[in-house]
Amino acid sequence: MLSRTADNLYWIARYIERAETAARLLEVGARIALLPSAAGYRNEWDSLLSASGTASAFSEKYGEAIQRNLESWFFFDRDNPSSVASCITNARENARIVRTALTSQVWDALNTAFQELKAMERRPRSQLALSQLTEWATRNSALVRGCIDATLLRNDGWDFLNLGFNLERADNTARLMDVKYYVLLPRADFVGSGLDNYQWTTLLRSMSAHRAFHWAYGGDVTSDKIADFLILNRQCPRGLITCVDGMNKHLDQLATAYGKSNDAQVKAKHLLTELSGLTVSDIFEEGLHEFLTRFIRDVATLGAAVHESYLNGDQR
Amino acid sequence: MTTYFNEMFLGNKVREPYRGLKDWMATMPAELRQMKQAEAEDLFRRIGITFAVYGEGGDPDRLIPFDMFPRVFSAQEWFKLERGIKQRARALNAFLVDVYGRGEIVRAGRIPAHLVYQNEAYEKAVVGFVPPKGVYSHIVGIDLVRTGPDEFFVLEDNCRTPSGVSYMLENREIMMRMFPDLFRENRIEPVDSYPELLRHTLASVAPSKCNGDPTIAILTPGHFNSAYYEHSFLADLMGVELVEGQDLFVEGEFVYMRTTEGPKRLDVIYRRIDDAFIDPLCFRPDSMLGVPGLMDVYRSGGVSICSAPGAGVADDKAVYTFVPEMIRFYLGEEPILNNVPTWQCGKADDCKYVLDHLNELVVKEVHGSGGYGMLVGPKATKEMVETFRAKITSHPENYIAQPTLALSTTPTFVEEGVAPRHVDLRPYCLVGERIELVPGGLTRVALTEGSLVVNSSQGGGVKDTWVLAE
Repeated sequence: MLSRTADNLYWIARYIERAETAARLLEVGARIALLPSAAGYRNEWDSLLSASGTASAFSEKYGEAIQRNLESWFFFDRDNPSSVASCITNARENARIVRTALTSQVWDALNTAFQELKAMERRPRSQLALSQLTEWATRNSALVRGCIDATLLRNDGWDFLNLGFNLERADNTARLMDVKYYVLLPRADFVGSGLDNYQWTTLLRSMSAHRAFHWAYGGDVTSDKIADFLILNRQCPRGLITCVDGMNKHLDQLATAYGKSNDAQVKAKHLLTELSGLTVSDIFEEGLHEFLTRFIRDVATLGAAVHESYLNGDQR
Repeated sequence: MTTYFNEMFLGNKVREPYRGLKDWMATMPAELRQMKQAEAEDLFRRIGITFAVYGEGGDPDRLIPFDMFPRVFSAQEWFKLERGIKQRARALNAFLVDVYGRGEIVRAGRIPAHLVYQNEAYEKAVVGFVPPKGVYSHIVGIDLVRTGPDEFFVLEDNCRTPSGVSYMLENREIMMRMFPDLFRENRIEPVDSYPELLRHTLASVAPSKCNGDPTIAILTPGHFNSAYYEHSFLADLMGVELVEGQDLFVEGEFVYMRTTEGPKRLDVIYRRIDDAFIDPLCFRPDSMLGVPGLMDVYRSGGVSICSAPGAGVADDKAVYTFVPEMIRFYLGEEPILNNVPTWQCGKADDCKYVLDHLNELVVKEVHGSGGYGMLVGPKATKEMVETFRAKITSHPENYIAQPTLALSTTPTFVEEGVAPRHVDLRPYCLVGERIELVPGGLTRVALTEGSLVVNSSQGGGVKDTWVLAE
């Protein structure tokens, strides 16, 4: 397939996943904000902005971090390249370019989402509750993913799409976990307190994973178990190791189909090997934030290798 | 007051081809019609068929208005049209091979040399080159209008990259979805073989150096182009790649696509970009759309380009006047379809006549397209007429004029119900090893009452076009 087509497919997936993350961030922020805040806390909304990496752009445009502004920023604002609106629009534009590589169902799902988004933008904001917005975004990304799953040929295009999904999701899960770090940082003695648990649970909720967590672990919610679940447990669909596993699978399939291996495949294998050998106490020893930062960087490097190997089209 | 030929009603009588639509029209309640219209629009939008209009700004996702009232031809009517269209497509291609070769028609004095050789569209880079199977224009779009039961006129020829065929296919698709009964009750020739015929046509002109199954691609200027939807639609239906200039590169004597598996050789390019943008080394050095070196590969038989660079010289509005001559000269036949009488402002006598009769005539720019730079005399304001008078006086050779034709009307759904609106027709003739024409085309309709301009860029709409089986 054309390198440019592969690139477009890969980015459709990344944008869809990213739109969902923006919505989930908004959800987690709104829930945390419902807590009575204690002295010495950073503003919960700030933590969200830090985790999404858009804090400075936001304060430049809006100044105050109040919910209405955050809603605008994470959902509607085209100046925020990671907002739901930006991502859906970009995903749809990428899809429009590679219509030939998609089934009509996939296109229909993406295009309908885009048209609905435009209709929402015309409605007065007072009519749109935050939960409506976030549910709309998660539902539509699920719809797109479902259409891809159900109707697309299992060829290299499928691999590039899934590579995009897994890579973006690994990055995003790591960032969502980092929100917790920012919120929690000031007072170490909160660890294990009721508030601490509430925050962890909220994190799980934001990934639609709190029920799943209880099925997998049972008992109380502890930071150890959650870190294990979201980082090291292959059962968790949004877990880091699950995503890295997925990247490996699709990179392997590409290498087999094309009959040649490359740097991206090697890097992905390394990352998987490292995660497989880790325990939760290793991670906390390094520091959760430090670990996550390093992981996000590794994933970015892997992303660059994918571009180099397949998407630039310079290889002869 | 001009009377217009109504294709459905002759006085109170319904003409034969439209008989199947009489009850349908009479029994459709207004609510149902509105519902269907909304449904059609929704389908179009969801499919993503939109049309961006150059120079108008506004919504890039604007839809071309779709009118649900079909336009119908009987088998006999179509039989004549088909012969006429194919005849014209053959003559135009013979002309192109000739003027890039020995130029017999010029030597014979049947067409003035300067009209050909000093024409902007005349491509010196391909002089002496004969494309595979001697075909320059592989997709010929011929714009036709009708003024009476048997009176058809060719308004213009489009030998480069005529667009709109996706609407022909999608209009039918949507009509069949919305009104399946109509298709059960009427015997309507299908048009859906077009993409396959196009693929066969392209494959049949594979270059000499290609052995085995040719790899075909559509070359598009990119997704910002107003016809991008059509490019991707055709690529999809034919199962060929849709490429941009940046996806291609030349190495040695071939052109390759950049793919995830490395370079892949390309044999036939159906290009939807203008000559000037094909190859920056050969044409415009500032073009980012094309592929450096592509013309060298083309001339040495490493790749076929459809339509062939240089094909534009045959559809120039000044050359148009001579198409009947071409038919006589190359085919030894009389033209089946007539030209519209045309005055060339470049000729002193003609120019004088045009300037004296601006209020009655349609004036067109020789190199213009899409209804831009056009004056419809009877509908124009005084200022517009004077603007054109000045333009023609300063550059007479840039303009031609034609009588305002009494374009036929067909019933069309409008706000108040059903009313006659003016239409034209663009069939798409395919020329490769064989000449093919699917029974149908794109009917464009001027939705504004009394308007004669059907161009989608000027507020025109489209209709499904039926050819009835015998």
